[in-house]
Amino acid sequence: MRLKRLRDAGRAPIALTLDGAPVSAQDGDTLLTALLAGGAGHLSPNLFAQEPRAGFCHMGACQDCWVAVDGLGRVRACATPAADGMVVRRL
Amino acid sequence: MKVAVVGAGPAGVRAVEQLVAAGLTPLWLDEAPDGGGRIYQRPPAQLSRDARRLYGFEAKRATALHATLDALKAHADWRPNTLVWHIDPHRRRLEVLSAGTQATLDFDAALLCTGAMDRVVPVPGWTRPGVTTLGAAQIALKTQGCAIGDKVVLLGTGPLLWLLAYQYLKAGARPAAVLDTTAFAHKARHAPGLLAGGAVFWKGLYYMAAVRAAGVPVYEGVRPRAITGAGDQVSGLAFETARGAARTLACDAVALGWGLKPEAQLADLAGVPFRFDADQHNWLPERDIAGRTPVPGIYLAGDGAGIGGADVAERAGARAALALLEDTGRPVPQDTVAALDAALARLAGFRTALERTFPFPADLARAVPDATLVCRCEAITAGDLRAAGGTPATGTARELNRAKAFTRLGMGRCQGRVCGPAGAEILAAALNREVAAIGRLRGQPPVKPVPLAEAAE
Repeated sequence: MRLKRLRDAGRAPIALTLDGAPVSAQDGDTLLTALLAGGAGHLSPNLFAQEPRAGFCHMGACQDCWVAVDGLGRVRACATPAADGMVVRRL
Repeated sequence: MKVAVVGAGPAGVRAVEQLVAAGLTPLWLDEAPDGGGRIYQRPPAQLSRDARRLYGFEAKRATALHATLDALKAHADWRPNTLVWHIDPHRRRLEVLSAGTQATLDFDAALLCTGAMDRVVPVPGWTRPGVTTLGAAQIALKTQGCAIGDKVVLLGTGPLLWLLAYQYLKAGARPAAVLDTTAFAHKARHAPGLLAGGAVFWKGLYYMAAVRAAGVPVYEGVRPRAITGAGDQVSGLAFETARGAARTLACDAVALGWGLKPEAQLADLAGVPFRFDADQHNWLPERDIAGRTPVPGIYLAGDGAGIGGADVAERAGARAALALLEDTGRPVPQDTVAALDAALARLAGFRTALERTFPFPADLARAVPDATLVCRCEAITAGDLRAAGGTPATGTARELNRAKAFTRLGMGRCQGRVCGPAGAEILAAALNREVAAIGRLRGQPPVKPVPLAEAAE
């Protein structure tokens, strides 16, 4: 999936990595927005179903958007602000 | 007296307002960084916060609530970014987690304003990236300025379906289609009951008319069949029209939802009994119109106490705070109490009409194919659940928590928030029982995952 940005295009750019690959995002993004508007396609797969996932509720309830961030541990991407230099891994 | 208020949405804000006016300094906890709840959630400061554009007709209400919220922070023990993951009603303690730090907080009385989330029905393909709840699609738009895709289909029923279609249209993200599982004739038949809603009713009609006038394809009385795609890409939505014809729409994202369900886990842990409400088709914590529960010291308000919407939540928050103050021997303005009670009674009638207009499609939930995941966390299919439940004759798992123990349905990270309603329908159908007789998934601490080291302390 790819989130489509509709407004507030003039924000400061930030740079993250996901599993070592660069992701360009904007200051003010959540980690979920940064990754899924930046072309990641999906977040961590569900290990029981062996299928990709990308968050479902965007409100911190469904727990389907977990990723690992250096220094923060496992977080919900929808409830975590993206920051420049973040090193993110799929679980 | 230490009063804890959990939640800073419309109910929490108006509750704290009353408590502060009475001279108290409540402990005020919210999981979000900036309050507002979901409906009036503000984007991060780096994005435009133009209220007119974000909240439309509700801009004045949103702005007023935000002003009150911001002014109250200094008068309360305000704790944003704080998850309340357990409540002990006997020792009157909250277990909370904030910035990785665990704390135990005492209270004398607690007012829980914990909100709601989307109620969903599994559709084959619904766990694929590109499929979200209607609420998620709205949050992405409102707080991140994003659509969930380029060609977005909106599926479900209820006021949020049409509001979201209108909001996407206004934001320049014209929906590929709107699919309402409720037939037009059903809605039209129930419209007279909605007249009591006044402006809310007319706004709803306006959203529907605007979506149609813009030429967005609208299908009503549909049955969704499958969300197609591969890997992390959605490619289409297959459905059956009201006349039974098979159709497929090309799309790259689907937002779905069938009304809301209370986030009532803390009320559950606090020992508040629940009852099945046939109109809302939800299990609701027991409380009176003022928000008093059978558990001493525990009060409920807002959508977490039964779905009512933001206007109800603001009034219910104020009313519950006044009940709490009255119960602890403080004088309360009786004219305000009377006005709130009258308004809440009137709005409850409107809500009942609304629920009847946009009913939960229990038949769709009961017909989820065997191979479809119901519990997205633990990857439990409808077939797994049916097999565990047994037949009407054997009735191996005659109750939802028993089926949970057998299958792990609802035992995963989300604690059954997402799969609970559909799981209950599937089990009820397999056993040929009323859904109310199947029970509900009981809340367990922690209500959301917390790091093991914190929980062990």
